[in-house]
Amino acid sequence: MSMLEKTLGWVDDRFPLSKMWNDHMAAYYAPKNFNFWYFFGSLALLVLVMQIFTGIWLTMNYNPDETLAFASVEYIMRDVEWGWLIRYLHSTGASAFFIIVYLHMFRGLMYGSYKKPRELIWLFGMFIYLALMAEAFMGYLLPWGQMSYWGAQVIISLFGAVPFVGEELAVWIRGDFVISGATLNRFFAFHVIALPIVLLGLVVAHIIALHEVGSNNPDGVEIKKVKGEDGVPLDGIPFHPYYSVKDIVGVVVFLFFFSAVVFFMPELGGWFLEKDNFLPANELKTPEHIVPLWYFTPFYAILRAVPTMFQSQFPGVVAMGLSIVFLFLLPWLDRSPVKSIRYRGWIYKFALAVFVISFIALGRLGTLPAGGIYLTLSQIFSVLYFAFFILMPWYTKIDKTKPVPERVTSK
Amino acid sequence: MKKIIIALVMVTFTSLVSASMKVHMDEANIDLHDKASLQRGAKLFVNYCLNCHSAAYMRYNRAGKDLGISDKLVKDNLVFSDVKVGDLMKVAMTVEDGASWFGTSPPDLTIMARAKGAGSEGANWLYTYLRSFYVDESRPFGVNNTVFKDVGMPHVLWELQGMQKLMNAEEVQHGATPEFALVSTGKMTAEEYDTAARDLTNFMVYMGEPSQLKRRSVGIWVLIFLVFFFFVSYALKKEYWKDVH
Repeated sequence: MSMLEKTLGWVDDRFPLSKMWNDHMAAYYAPKNFNFWYFFGSLALLVLVMQIFTGIWLTMNYNPDETLAFASVEYIMRDVEWGWLIRYLHSTGASAFFIIVYLHMFRGLMYGSYKKPRELIWLFGMFIYLALMAEAFMGYLLPWGQMSYWGAQVIISLFGAVPFVGEELAVWIRGDFVISGATLNRFFAFHVIALPIVLLGLVVAHIIALHEVGSNNPDGVEIKKVKGEDGVPLDGIPFHPYYSVKDIVGVVVFLFFFSAVVFFMPELGGWFLEKDNFLPANELKTPEHIVPLWYFTPFYAILRAVPTMFQSQFPGVVAMGLSIVFLFLLPWLDRSPVKSIRYRGWIYKFALAVFVISFIALGRLGTLPAGGIYLTLSQIFSVLYFAFFILMPWYTKIDKTKPVPERVTSK
Repeated sequence: MKKIIIALVMVTFTSLVSASMKVHMDEANIDLHDKASLQRGAKLFVNYCLNCHSAAYMRYNRAGKDLGISDKLVKDNLVFSDVKVGDLMKVAMTVEDGASWFGTSPPDLTIMARAKGAGSEGANWLYTYLRSFYVDESRPFGVNNTVFKDVGMPHVLWELQGMQKLMNAEEVQHGATPEFALVSTGKMTAEEYDTAARDLTNFMVYMGEPSQLKRRSVGIWVLIFLVFFFFVSYALKKEYWKDVH
């Protein structure tokens, strides 16, 4: 017995190291027919780790003080060795995280990955998404630029629209009557400690739940139903080495596009770093257009699409909240007997296409001034967005499905 | 299916093209590799801008290092107060003084090029702005600017450019390209002044992100490595997946 094996044996007697490796990697059987859309789970994990590491190094030089925050970011960009790279990795990573998560969620919608028995995986995932939105929102205040300041001002003032307790609620969140140093300090605390811990915990829960029931696949077939004599699913292959080597290819392709942005267009034309955020926060000067970053704009467009009622923005805030709540309910709204879009009828395909177009269009509309044709379009797409969910129990039931094969199909 | 989605998305977006009126911008065509231009720009900046505007996130000797100017030359030519070459480029004027003299305190200019837009957008804005001051007696300093309406700043570079008036004020309001005519000449010809404005813009774009040239040169190697590593990782994947049927 080699020294290494002895050490491993010693550890295994005291901690389930080999067992965990097998349960989650070497003897975790994943369907062999994963396609392009199955890269985004591991990529999301990669970006999470990258955000944590770049975040630690940024924290070493960042100063969460209203008089110093903006200058400390420029200090990182100029005087800290490779500080510019760490900062761009982090700022580009935030947008990349949302692109990946949106594609990951779209995969779930296409192949019915939220359906029984994977409802909890979906719920954990949705909580990850919520935590990620809070993380991104609070992180965006930290550079203390004009858009940091006024974006936070607008979003937090929405809490003021809650009847009766609204104003007190908004003050309680800000720790002041306007966004101030007190807000910056608490957002910093949430951004670097509280929310990362929540995110990591949820990610662990997401993966444990996934490995308990097994991965879905583009055919929506349960591979555990057909097992060989050794108890291994006939359509399953060990995650390691097959998917670990395959995911490396995905990582390299992702990093190519990611690096192209980081090194050649870190602002991405103002979509990843808004130009107004290169001006320090000024509570006396409101920017012309206050636009949240692109990953929030679909919900922002829904908020603005709902007219003010009884002199209150509250109905818009409720609509915005509901647009996310409905996503949580997907496993119970979908009544289709099949999971994958491959075996669903035309109605679901059509509904999903309309939903995706509505989401993208709302995202674009959320960046444009609200009024005239833009407002009308926002209202139309908001209705379509909600129709996807509200009508789902009905159209998934009447939709004609095709027979699902016993085994997964290649390609 | 995919074609339908793409078609619908295209229709959605073409109908959303913003119709807002744009102010005319000239192309700055700056070259960040042109050290002589950057050095001339730095000199203009410290002589004309740094009296009222600060560049408080930039150090004198960082500009010196990147532009190929020794600490001694920086000290002799760029630093006019008793600060050290390693200090930040601050100004003596206080925010309160600035506000009372100009109506609004002159903003810090370190990253102004980036605040005016990503890519060449910021450069074009600065270049056009520097060349678009015109006589307007209704303004406190007697000048206005087609790029920055009712700007609170005098035409500091007038001794170089001279003073010009706007010939087509009416049409400019409806989006036409401004046409200027000199009413008094400056030390420079029109071409020389354009070059000076380009040099100053060049320096301000450099100052907005001093590491941008390094960023791009590192980036090329990163992308080359990733292309190479793609073939390696793909070959590895192929080898492992041979036995999956």
